[in-house]
Amino acid sequence: MTTTEQKTRKKPVAPLILTGIVSAGLYFALLSNQDFLNNTFGKGGLFAFLPIITAFVFSYFHGTFTGHFWTMLGVEASKKKMEVK
Amino acid sequence: MHDLASAAANFINLDPITIIYLFLVGFVGGLVSGFIGSGGAFVLTPGMMSLGVPGLVAVASNMCHKFPKALVGAIKRAKYGQVDVKLGIVLGISAEAGVLYGAHIQESIKKAFGDAGSNLYVSISFVVVLGVVGIFVLRDAWKTYKAGNMHAEEKMTKLAKWVQSVNIPGTMVYFKSLDARISILFTIPLGFATGILAATIAVGGFVGVPSMIYVLGAPSLMASATELVIAFVMGLGGSFKYALNGMVDIRLAMIILGGSLFGIQLGAMGTTYVKPFMIKVVMGLIMVIVLFSRALMVPVYLSQLNLITPLTEQTTKILKSTSFAIMIFALALGAFIVLRAMWQGRRAEQRELKETLAHSKA
Repeated sequence: MTTTEQKTRKKPVAPLILTGIVSAGLYFALLSNQDFLNNTFGKGGLFAFLPIITAFVFSYFHGTFTGHFWTMLGVEASKKKMEVK
Repeated sequence: MHDLASAAANFINLDPITIIYLFLVGFVGGLVSGFIGSGGAFVLTPGMMSLGVPGLVAVASNMCHKFPKALVGAIKRAKYGQVDVKLGIVLGISAEAGVLYGAHIQESIKKAFGDAGSNLYVSISFVVVLGVVGIFVLRDAWKTYKAGNMHAEEKMTKLAKWVQSVNIPGTMVYFKSLDARISILFTIPLGFATGILAATIAVGGFVGVPSMIYVLGAPSLMASATELVIAFVMGLGGSFKYALNGMVDIRLAMIILGGSLFGIQLGAMGTTYVKPFMIKVVMGLIMVIVLFSRALMVPVYLSQLNLITPLTEQTTKILKSTSFAIMIFALALGAFIVLRAMWQGRRAEQRELKETLAHSKA
């Protein structure tokens, strides 16, 4: 990849905002419904699927958001793709 | 079946300071995990317990933040070609069995000797395993540094060469990280030991990563990245097991995940800037420092079991606080080395780029 291409590479503004809003919404829902979550997720049995699904949903949106976040700040992996073996 | 009312009562009230604390510890834990494949849990679990979270809920919530974090980290590092998914899944499945067996040992010890007995078992496991493996890893990194061949390709140990040379028909599997076929009869006990350690001291990677490097012959970068796949498999199964009993505090897990996903992205990127031996340096240093932290707690538990002259309350308090402070220091030092190495790597790369540009203009 050339330097010009690197410089003109678009920053992921729209995906960052979108995943940021979803991620913030998820955390808002989490913190504003604490009693409901404690009672429901603490039931065990078949309700055990709830924390697992929640973890996957959070990891998808928040994980994508954090990736874009560092890219926006200019923090990226080395350009010299590391050849492991 | 557990008591529903008591399960909900296990969940603490969260105030803004607690949320920020969990988020920050999650960030630093994620940073180290993204780099060496594991870590963070040894501070997070006691850290949650210090907030009043019951031990089992702390372990369960930690596990429930671990598997999604490991998933994100593994995907990130797979983009850099560092993950051997097949090896991770094969080791992860046997590690899952190890987790179940390790939890069973823990329960038996707790029944027979109570909380102090269980804590003593955990601390002694920490000291023995980290003493042997940590010093070995650190010594290896030091030898590489002294020999000045940090840039050279990592040498395979004699043990790994032997493991790769053994042919047991019907059990051989090809793994890309090793570029060799090895018998799964070697991977099963390694995965199992990783799982037992994960169930005992919460950081299976302290056995998983060194065993992939020194026993199987995987490069450090691939071993630490593949550990994230093992952590995902183990964490998913473990979280479900605890969730069946309503032990996961999803709020704690997701807040820690919030910080750790910022950290794991950075830690994963950091691996593309450093020499492979840095993985060993960070891992070995953390292991040896944590060893001292846990060793300080051994007299406390021995005293609680009346195996030595009882310690005064004041001495117990000092030992506990010092032990926790040393653990935080271990994690913070690991994070500092990762960030510093990444910063230096980036600067060197930018300098190189400028020089190339100046050269081409000239």
